[in-house]
Amino acid sequence: MAHIDFNTHISVSFNKELEDLRNAVLVMGGEVEQQLFNVIQAIQFNEASRAEKVVLNDMRINQLEVEIDKECLRILATRNPTASDLRLVMTVSKTTTDIERMGDEIARVAKYISQGIFQIDEQIKLNTIVLGEEIIKMMQKTFDAFARQDVQSAALVFERDDIIDAKYEHIMLMLKDRMLHEVEQLDNWLAIMSGLRALERIGDHCKNLCEYIIYLAGGQDIRHTSTKKMQKKIKALISP
Amino acid sequence: MNLFSRKTTPLKKLTPENIAVNIESLSVELNNKVVLDNISMRIPAYSITSIIGQSGCGKTTLLNSMNRMNELITDHKITGHIWMDKRDINHKRENVARLRTNVGMVFQQPNPFPMTIYENVGFGLKLQQQYSRRQIDDAIEKALINAGLWDEVKDRLHEPAMILSGGQQQRLMIARALALKPQILLLDEPTSALDPLATLFIEELMQSLKQHTTIVMVTHNMQQAARISDYTAFIHKGELIEYTDSDSLFTQPKHKQTEDYITGRYG
Repeated sequence: MAHIDFNTHISVSFNKELEDLRNAVLVMGGEVEQQLFNVIQAIQFNEASRAEKVVLNDMRINQLEVEIDKECLRILATRNPTASDLRLVMTVSKTTTDIERMGDEIARVAKYISQGIFQIDEQIKLNTIVLGEEIIKMMQKTFDAFARQDVQSAALVFERDDIIDAKYEHIMLMLKDRMLHEVEQLDNWLAIMSGLRALERIGDHCKNLCEYIIYLAGGQDIRHTSTKKMQKKIKALISP
Repeated sequence: MNLFSRKTTPLKKLTPENIAVNIESLSVELNNKVVLDNISMRIPAYSITSIIGQSGCGKTTLLNSMNRMNELITDHKITGHIWMDKRDINHKRENVARLRTNVGMVFQQPNPFPMTIYENVGFGLKLQQQYSRRQIDDAIEKALINAGLWDEVKDRLHEPAMILSGGQQQRLMIARALALKPQILLLDEPTSALDPLATLFIEELMQSLKQHTTIVMVTHNMQQAARISDYTAFIHKGELIEYTDSDSLFTQPKHKQTEDYITGRYG
């Protein structure tokens, strides 16, 4: 399908504004990706200080959301964008909300680690790190698809979420087993469950982002459609 | 659940009785230059249809085709059909005077005659010489009410039209067209000479007029087309590139040329 060029407007300043908006999302995405990397490292090496930094840095991500949203509002008011330009501004506004929530999920895990209530045995730790690495990969693929407005790559990210869900379920089974045998540590298990759920939710936010990318690049809204209909729409976009 | 009142029937779903103007393979050559090339489009009744495109693309020629104004240019060649009420208005036996009564037109610049407000609105009716004074008075009042001007001028109907503001003059022009009870109203950039407030008055007026009139408008203001028209046609170098409901055209245009034009990219 045709690639949308955002730098071919007659107004050079409008080109720059849209380019800056796209770059801002990638900057915000990069920050969140780094946060996730740090939290996985904190789990691996049980580093409370690193987790504390992650919690503090979440403020910066929140601020980025506010700044980007403000710019979206300004562009809507001053440029009256249409077609792909309008889709870009709307996509960016919704995307930043999801990225900010990814940041919140990461900060939640970091908070548990910094408070010392995310104590897990080696087997669960190993599986959690594998899950975390898988989510980082998914996140990278998502932002890559956004940068290139690539419908096909965005569609592939959906499949990655199944891998994450399977890994998450596997860890939950292990957790249930531990909970049955170590009831006295229930508070700890509940925190771990909540943390793992937060990690799994990041995958769902990546999926949301991919839906926005498909809307941006192809103009097709695939939210809340069956897998069959969604695949049909994506196929039509990739090879019209 | 229907949360939003704005809803437009897709063109494909319109039945023949919903069509006010059916243009078939219309080509227009003016002064040996092809201005419109094989245009086919169906304009829905009781709706607002905008025609957009660059200057010189043929928008006004398309509008003028609907009441045979192009024939006023000496060197013209027109082929194709324009159906209104099962009549081909391009047919040589078509009564042009009657057609222009049925298809009113308002131009970019308000052009009131150097007469009173009353005489301006009643001009067309008097010309027809078939109405009583009482009938003309009633028609003038109704036209001025429908044009949203009655309350502002009812006490000075016999004052010169020239004393009205630009926005009022343009509504007077609409009233002049409405006095003849046209089925179709053609507007050629009706608000381009007006300030934002007067523009809003005209836009509101158009929304109420479409309840009983089909409106076709040429505009350079794309936000206006997106805001008030139900359907939009994009013309480029005499060709109809895209014609669909305005919501689709301004959010998901199908053609790159449309996308480039409405987003202000290099054509």
